[in-house]
This record gives sequence, C-alpha cells and structure tokens, in this order.
Amino acid sequence: MTDIDITQDARPALTAKDFASDQEPKWCPGCGDHAVLQQLKNVMPDLGMPPEEIVFISGIGCSSRLPYYMATYGVHGIHGRALPMASGLKTARPELSVWVATGDGDALSIGGNHFIHTLRRNLDLNVVLFNNEIYGLTKGQYSPTTKLGLRTVTSPNGVIDHPFNTAALTLGSGGTFFARAMDRDGKYLRSVLHRAAQHKGTSLVEIYQNCPIFNNSAFEAFAGQENKDERTLYVEQDMPLVFGKFRQKGIRLDGSTPVVVDLSKGDISENDLWIHNERDIFKANLLARFFDDPLTVENFLPRPFGVFYVEDRMAYEDALTAQIELAQKSGEGTLEELLKGDSAYNIK
Amino acid sequence: MGVYRRFHFFVKQTIFFVMSEPISSTSKHTVTQKSSVSVLFAGDSGDGMQLTGTQFANTVAVYGADLNTFPNFPSEIRAPAGTISGVSGFQLQFGSKPVYTPGARFDVMVAMNAAALKANLKDLHRGGIIIACVEGFDEKNLKLSGYPEGANPLEDETLSNYIVFQIPVLQLTREALRESGLSTKEIDRCKNMFVLGVLYWLYSLPIDVTTEMLNTKFGKNSTIAEANIKAIKAGYFFGDETEMFANLGRFDISPAKQHGTYRRVTGNEACAIGLTAAAMKAGLKLFLGSYPITPATEILQTLAKFKKFGVKTFQAEDEIAGVITSIGAAYGGALAATNTSGPGLALKTEALGLAVILELPLVVINVQRGGPSTGLPTKPEQSDLMMAMYGRHGDAPMPIVSASSPVDCFYATYEAARIAVEHMTPVMCLTDGYLALSSEPWKVETGENLPEIKTGIMPERQADEPPFLPYKRDERHVRPWAIPGTKGLEHRIGGLEKQHETGNVSHDPDNHELMTRLRAEKIEKIAESIPLQKIDNGPEKGEVLVLGWGSSYGAIKTAVENALGQGLSVSHAHLRYLNPFPKNLGELMANFKKVLIPENNNGQLVHLIRDKYLFAPVSFTKVKGLPFNEMEILEKITDIIKEL
Repeated sequence: MTDIDITQDARPALTAKDFASDQEPKWCPGCGDHAVLQQLKNVMPDLGMPPEEIVFISGIGCSSRLPYYMATYGVHGIHGRALPMASGLKTARPELSVWVATGDGDALSIGGNHFIHTLRRNLDLNVVLFNNEIYGLTKGQYSPTTKLGLRTVTSPNGVIDHPFNTAALTLGSGGTFFARAMDRDGKYLRSVLHRAAQHKGTSLVEIYQNCPIFNNSAFEAFAGQENKDERTLYVEQDMPLVFGKFRQKGIRLDGSTPVVVDLSKGDISENDLWIHNERDIFKANLLARFFDDPLTVENFLPRPFGVFYVEDRMAYEDALTAQIELAQKSGEGTLEELLKGDSAYNIK
Repeated sequence: MGVYRRFHFFVKQTIFFVMSEPISSTSKHTVTQKSSVSVLFAGDSGDGMQLTGTQFANTVAVYGADLNTFPNFPSEIRAPAGTISGVSGFQLQFGSKPVYTPGARFDVMVAMNAAALKANLKDLHRGGIIIACVEGFDEKNLKLSGYPEGANPLEDETLSNYIVFQIPVLQLTREALRESGLSTKEIDRCKNMFVLGVLYWLYSLPIDVTTEMLNTKFGKNSTIAEANIKAIKAGYFFGDETEMFANLGRFDISPAKQHGTYRRVTGNEACAIGLTAAAMKAGLKLFLGSYPITPATEILQTLAKFKKFGVKTFQAEDEIAGVITSIGAAYGGALAATNTSGPGLALKTEALGLAVILELPLVVINVQRGGPSTGLPTKPEQSDLMMAMYGRHGDAPMPIVSASSPVDCFYATYEAARIAVEHMTPVMCLTDGYLALSSEPWKVETGENLPEIKTGIMPERQADEPPFLPYKRDERHVRPWAIPGTKGLEHRIGGLEKQHETGNVSHDPDNHELMTRLRAEKIEKIAESIPLQKIDNGPEKGEVLVLGWGSSYGAIKTAVENALGQGLSVSHAHLRYLNPFPKNLGELMANFKKVLIPENNNGQLVHLIRDKYLFAPVSFTKVKGLPFNEMEILEKITDIIKEL
C-alpha cells in the first residue's frame, strides 16, 4: 500500500535538459542569445514548478524566438506585444509562472507604451530584455538603445536619436525590480535570473547581449578582459560600491553626487563609500544614471550590474483577485442572478 | 397671455396638494386611449434630459408598455449651454403593441430651451404636442440658438401647426420648492422633474417608480430626494389643475407585455451580460481586455461591476493591449473578449490576424460608429462590415454575427462566444451606437434556455500516449484547446506559419497553401452548425425581399408590417450571420423579384451578396449618423414595387 501514496510532486528532480524543446535554435553562431537561453534553462529547475506551469511569451525579433526552444508552454506573438500578452495570461491564470523574452526594439520601441504600463501595473512577470542595441532580425537598423553616432544601414551618417536608458526608464515607470547582467557572465546571469524569479512583481532584467553580425562588440567596453574591471561595477546588497582589478576604486556620495574615489591612497576606506541598498529608490535612481560611455567620457562612472532595485508592492493580479474575492464574500453570483439583474420588475 | 396668468392661481393649490399621498388625478379631463406614442425630451446637455427620459422609460416599462429608447447627445461632455450643439435629447416610443423603434417622428416634444426646439422641430409630427419651458425662450436663449433678433417661435407663427403648451417650468419649480431649504441653483436643477411630473400626468402614469429611485439614490427623507419628489408632484398636479390641457385631455396606453419578470437593458449592457452568461454556461471564466471608446465603453463599465460572477476586466493602456491581453487570456483558457469601436478596431487588426493563425477563441464586439477616423463618435453607422470581413492582412477569415436590437445584443454576443469556443476562432460581433445606447424591455431569460457551449479543452496527456499535436484538426477543422497547467500538452504556438498538425514553424510553400485553405474551410464549415435563414415577416415568395442586418431591424420590421397592411408583396429577412452566410440564403433570395438591402453605410452588405450570389440587389443607403426610420424604408419599398 505504501507505493500508492505518490503525490503529483513525486516526479524526478528536473534539470536544464528537461526544459529543452525538440527545436534546434536558429540563432547565428556566436549570438549572445544562446548563452541566455542556456541560463534560462539552468534556472528553470530552481522554480520548483513543473514545465506545464511555466509559459514563455515573446514578441518579434531574434530573441523572441526563444519560446520555441523551451519545453514549456509558449506563445511567439507579434511585434511589441509580448508584455500585454503575458499580462492577459497572468491576469487570467495567476498561478502560472510567466516569462517574457523581448528585445530592445520589441520592448522599448514598438512596444514602448506597453513597457511603461506593464511596469507600473506590476504583474508578477519575469521580463528578460535582450538588449543588443540594434535591430538584428531586420538586418542592422539602429534601435532605441543604439549609441549616438553609430553608423547603421538607416543611419549612414550616424545615429542622432538619443538612446533610452533602460534602468532609468524602468524606475521612472514605477517598476519594482530592475537588474542588469551580461550574456557572457553565465553564472552571474543565472543568479540574477534567479533573483528575478523570486521577486513577486514585474522583474525587469536587462541583458547586454552581443549581436556578432550587426553590432559586434557593442558592449566590449564593459566585457573585454582588460576593460571590464575598471569600467564595470557589480553591486551587492549591503556592500560598498567597490570596483577595479585590485578593488582599488569606490563610489562615494558627495551630497547627492556620486564620485569615483581612489581607495589605494589610504585616506578613503570602504567605510566611506556608498553602501548598496536595493530597497532604496533614491539610490537606485542615482545608480540607474550611471550611464556614461567610457570611451567618450573622461571621468566616467562605471556601468553597474546586478540588482539595482527591489520593491514589495502588491501584484496587479493579486489585487484583482482580492477584489473578486470580496465581491464573492457572500457567494459567487449564479447564472440566474446574472440574467435577472438587480432592476427586474414584474408585470402582473 | 391669458393662459399664462392663470398659472399663479394653480401653483398655490399645487403646493397644497403635494403633501398628500398616494398621488392620483382628481381632474375630470377626458382620457384618450392610444396604441403608441413617441416622446422626445430635449434640452441643454446640463438640463438632465437623459435622466428624465430614463425615468420616464423605467416607469412605462414597469407599467407594462413595450418601449424602445434612444438617447441623442453631443460628443462634448458640456457643449456651450443654450446652443444647438449643446442640445441633448432622449427619445422613446412606448405602446400597447410591440414597439421596434423609438419612432421615426415624435408625437410629443419637451423643449427645455429654444435650441432644443429648433434642433428637433423638423422631426415632430405635424399637429404634434410641444411642451415648452418658457424660461428657456428668453432673449439670451433665443440668441444662442440662432433665432433672428426679436423672433420668438413661441410668439410668432413658427409653431402654428402644432399644439403648444407654454409652461413657466422654472418659476413653478421655484415656487414649489421655496421651502425646501435648497439653494436656488439646486432648486433650478429640479425643473426636469417638474416636467417629468407633467408627462406622468398626461399619460396617466404612476410616479412611484421615480420616487423610489430618488429615495434609493439620495436616501429616504434626504432634502434632495424630497425636493425632487415634490417637483414631480408639483408637475403632476399642475397637469391636473391647469386648464391648459382641457381641450387635449389625458392619454392612456394599455400595457403590452405579458405577465412575467422583465428588465430593461441597453445594447451595451446586453453584450456584457451575454459574454458573462456564455462564460458561465461554458464553464469558463470571462476576461475582457479593453480600452475606453465611445460608444462601446459601457460594456467594459458593466463587466467591471460583474466581479461577483468572477469576471476579470483589464483596462489596458491602448486598444492594441486591449485585444492582446485577451489573446493571452484565451491561451490561458479564459473566455476572452475585447470591445471597441471603429478607430479601436483599426488598431486591433494586426492582433486579430494573430488570433486567426493561433486559432484561439476570442470575441470582438465592435460597436460601430460614424467613420472614417474619429468620424461621428456618438452617432451610429453600419460601416465596419467590410473591415470585419476583410480588415486583416493575409487571408484571414473571421466569422461575423450581428445584433438587431438592444435585447438581441445579448443573444448575438452569446452566439459569438459559442462559435468562438466551439470553433476555436476569433469572432466579430457587430452592434452599433444605436443599439448600444438604446434600450427595451427584456423578459428575464433563464439559464436552461440558453444553448450549451462545449469547449474543446484537452485533458492531461500520459507519457505513453502519442505526442500532442496542437494543430491536429477534427472533422470541422477545429484544433484542440490545450491550456497551460495541463501536463503533457506543453506546446509553442505563434504568429509564424504553422506546420500542419505539429504547429511547428514552417515555411514550406505547400504547407502554407494547405493551412490557408484549412483556415478558410474551418470558417465555411460553421455554416453547418448555424440555423437556416428565416423570413421574419411576409410570404416566402413574392415581389420584394427587404434583406437587413443589424440595428435597422426595427425600422424594416415596422415598414414591412405597414407595407403588408397595404397589401404589398413584400417580405423581411434579417441576417444574424454575415460570415458565413446561412446555407439557404441564396435560395431564399431567389424567391423574390427584387432584393432590397438598406444599410447605414455606403453599400457594404450589397457587395458581399453580389459577390457571393452573382445577382444585383437594390442598395438603399443612409449615411447621416442616424438610424433608418420606417417611413424611409416604406417609401423605398413602395417605389420599387411601382417600378416592377
């Protein structure tokens, strides 16, 4: 009799392989998307949910092919509309784990309106924004995150559109979670995705993703071995903002102005530095503004990575469920009640 | 002026009378039986005409008359007071026989000001009654409504063909409410209730439906409720006491409706109820993704109040998100719907193509209004039929149903939901601004009367079963509905062309042609499960068939009834299903020498009919932002028969 007591959860532990679909990824060799896909598959078993309760939604673009490669439920929708698709699904089915794969064009250009509104609504979605600063699928036009001056097929004389700062846009829209990671930082990316999954609310993870064909090395300033340590800042909760190959640099707040300080001289210690607090919206807003291009700005601030900001705020679908439960406190309405309404009258 | 002076005397008595309950007439006025009457309440958009009309409609409904109402108001919330563009009207027809329209013309017009009179006089029957609020015809109002200096229609010959009652409504209301404790401004706002009281008296109607409403709304014994009730009674007794109506007398309309429980619904409310009922009957949860747009918004507003029935509404950031959230919810297994009007439908078209290729159930309620572009937001039109039929890129067929009356909006929406769920397809349900805002009594429907709705939701798949094929179709070409959370059915779908059966991405040329054909055939096969087209009125064979769709039902019905009464050979058929057409439609039309198609557009159904059945129907169009009236259609029928 003991064998009968098998619960639904008694499936063998899942691994990344269990989340690979039978479709072969059709991204270019060397595309950063492969690495992100791998980390998503790696993080799926951490959710503790069976594949049938996970859904990947995407829009249009190279990265939006991702749902086809996951052995979960998935919808590859239309350009710019991944977020509302996911919002409708999550509102209808709050118990599902809903993920969104989107790109800088999909989320920030054609889907820009949905981006800001989804963030302020705060549905419990995990949004993975593949930012390669270019339109890849349509072959190399500039995107809303492309750096000023870049020559592309639609900006032969250089881009004159000022680029979006995804972090600032997310926080400005009332987002409750923002993190940034890099495609090639495999382990780190996984840890950030894990944090995103844990957050109850819309988690926005911006991934700097290299497009080797149309915008190769767009992030080389932050990714190359010789540059990375001096130009990037990995934030960690309750820890001082320290960077540099020998951890010799830090960020200190001079009033409300962040300044880079040299720790090697001995007159400034780590105790004097800005301590990262991902619950502090004011500090998160300052951090989001660390957006200098190290190649053109002399005293640049390093580009931050990690979890900038986390806020606990009731998720939209939970608030809606609470309203429905309240309305149904004295029982769910019946079909006959619906048909009769509350202003019926009798004719005798 | 003799009549005018007498008022002061009666006003005092009026105040005396309002204290007594219950209200009843003590006059010896003659009472004339009428079979139906059309009344227009018209005034400035700040005069409360919609409320007045609604209350009058509620009263005649409870009284048991059949009725049909139609509000007519400017698209601005508050257009300049006193001007023609600021006129707000509420028209209704009620009667002891079935009433299908608010009336081509009205028999009685309440004109709260000069602009209201000027804007509507052309639609008043010759010899009709005008009840004019004298204060609305002062110098300022006359000027604002564009009457030449010195001219006053109440004093010159303008109204010599009508029966005019000039009542100093404002003065009488002020006198009646002098002791009410309200400010003059508040008292003046009660003047519409005074007029309502006069109308209740004139048509021998009880006032208690309105007094109950006032007590419920403002609280029994509240100053506001008391004052409004007092104003109604003052109006009622004014009618009773004044000698003004001595020659006209009162009217009485016998109840039309059979015993039973009724409710009054507008088309938009009926759509909301229809969606919810369909979800409940199908065992699904209703999800509505929507963005406010005139004249479709009340569907969202009504459903937002239906949380007790488990309805989820999502007010999206735009029309696109409105439909896309619904597609997401449909993927999740909800009965998903979106509602909109022309400009919104245009924004949703890409998403509707997605719904077509995803083959998910979705109800799109399009409340048509005058177009193109912003067009005439508050005016009805039937000009989105081509858009519903062809308004998507690619070969993207979609079933279309249409509603023919406010109550029918319930059944049309319910049927749209049934087709969507049972055939796994987006379905367009066309109503219009006329149906949306009009109302009529509805004998309360019971759940067991409603057709079953069978969902094709797939159960769990066991590991030893063959792989799940999301695009494997049944004999109707319908694919299964596999919803997230179901073990073993994990699958990915999208807007890229699907491989037959597997649903995997496919660019194979033959596969695309096959899938295009299967999607089209799937919609064509719906004709197998819908009822055959019936003749609504008139013989099966004859000279003229009037073929209508949508909100012109009432006008055509009335016109054909009149024509049949005159002995003309005419019949009426009204289409619920515009795509696919009922299987017998071709044969049905072939039994007539001429097919007349009246439409509130530049000729759209006529194209579809000509295209499919290869003959030339007679097109009759009206694109004025106004519904057809029965006289126009009757005239057209008569003309055609003359020419035969």
